[in-house]
Amino acid sequence: MIDCAAYIGSFPFRQLPHPDPDVLVRVLAREGLSGAWVGWLPAPWQRDPLAANDALFAALDPHRQTLHPAPVVRPDWPRWEQTLRDVVDRGARAIRAYPMHWGMGPHDQSMHRLALACGEAGVPLVLTVRFEDLRQRSSLDVAGDLTGPHLRALARAGERVHLVVTGAGKELLEETHWGLTPDEQRRVHWDFAWIWGPPEDHFAHLLRTIGAERFVYGTHWPLRLTQNSRANLELLPDELRNPPIVDAASFAR
Amino acid sequence: MSEPTPLIDAHAHFYHEESGRADWRRVNDARMRAGEAMGLTYHVVSVLGSYGHRSPTYFPSPDDVTRGNDVMRGMADADRERVRWYVTVNPNHTAHALAEIERGVAAGAVGVKLLASRRADDALNDPICQLAAEHGLPILHHIWQHRTREWPNQEISDGADLARLAARHPRVSFILAHLGGGGDWAHTLPAVLDTPNIHPDLSGSGVDRGMIDAALATLGARRVLWACDLTMETGLAKLRALEVIGLTSDEMADVRWRNAARLFPAGTFPRCGAIA
Repeated sequence: MIDCAAYIGSFPFRQLPHPDPDVLVRVLAREGLSGAWVGWLPAPWQRDPLAANDALFAALDPHRQTLHPAPVVRPDWPRWEQTLRDVVDRGARAIRAYPMHWGMGPHDQSMHRLALACGEAGVPLVLTVRFEDLRQRSSLDVAGDLTGPHLRALARAGERVHLVVTGAGKELLEETHWGLTPDEQRRVHWDFAWIWGPPEDHFAHLLRTIGAERFVYGTHWPLRLTQNSRANLELLPDELRNPPIVDAASFAR
Repeated sequence: MSEPTPLIDAHAHFYHEESGRADWRRVNDARMRAGEAMGLTYHVVSVLGSYGHRSPTYFPSPDDVTRGNDVMRGMADADRERVRWYVTVNPNHTAHALAEIERGVAAGAVGVKLLASRRADDALNDPICQLAAEHGLPILHHIWQHRTREWPNQEISDGADLARLAARHPRVSFILAHLGGGGDWAHTLPAVLDTPNIHPDLSGSGVDRGMIDAALATLGARRVLWACDLTMETGLAKLRALEVIGLTSDEMADVRWRNAARLFPAGTFPRCGAIA
């Protein structure tokens, strides 16, 4: 099982303990995970993504057996199509995009084109709902949480679209999933790092209603405790133990 | 998954049939199910009035406070092996709050729960603290980590507000609610550092890396309590994190249960054994 939601690098709004690739490799081994899609954490707050991607590839280079680059492609940036081709050629397993940080609305056509292009290239598009809880967010961190309209519009953009949405809670997940046709629903996978376990049992509810096959494993390291997703699995009711969630490694081209 | 070392959740809630949700029993049962899976020895629980059904959760009416405490007492009496309880009060109704504490103590309450009905350092909280001191009860106070603005439906307090109240009542132990429960926990730690009768609990949905390490480094293992509040998966994640950050067995026991055992009245947790 791989982690679809890991990063390396610093966070602009608080100090993170050692957000370094060699530490991530050790953490993944401790957690029994075979690898991770890794993004460059400063990238959402940087305008030009090219330098971020270069830094990401360079940092991951000694660990490529375990840490798989998930670089950023910004579809309102000149020559983004070439950037996409380049990073896929360099081994990107997934592409990250941050429409909220780029001021893009739900129906932004450049994001639609990116989703379609990723689908054609055979790489999932990873969308991050949030990095921190809204209640602790810095006044300088003005990007809101990713919205249901954004997700529904992208999932409807075309049949080759494949979204991996990380950091959603129950409400966003449900308003997106049940606002899509069955074909569109199958274009979206979700991690469950931010979904509540017991006593509310949101995760158990979602496994029952939308199915384990829609979920992948994400930790949000180095922002959040990697133990949280595993704890969510451990505390499922007996009848839902060991749900057949999907290994994002199976999405490889 | 069960651990031989005792484990006390110092911050838990039960719902009831008048709390406006049809699935209240399922949620309470899920708490106990998860507690068993985690090896929880005791849940220290409160009921917050009608949870907004008849009066606001954080500003409960006297009638809802009384009804909630009655229900809470009944639930605790029904599960003496695993459940202890806080008596909840609204300081805006002083006479009622004091009477509820007396009634609660007589019925077995082991602590006082203060919500966000009044800023923590408000003088209306003083008589409640004085009565808690007389009975040797800790006070669990709802806290917003770093109050930078007002939020609707509650009169929020932060660590600095609670520190002013705690300084006026050095005989009372205050449990600062949910360090991971929203807001900036990094502000809370220095805000309460010099107020030794404040003990943050680690509960809340937040599982920021660095939070537990910072709490322990700033305050030490004798001042931090493990707890869950509304999200038990984050409680288990924090427990797992505590196991890998290099605590001694003594420090781990302090956070898991001994700090709670020290704060609550003697004999509150007989299944935990004596503190070494």
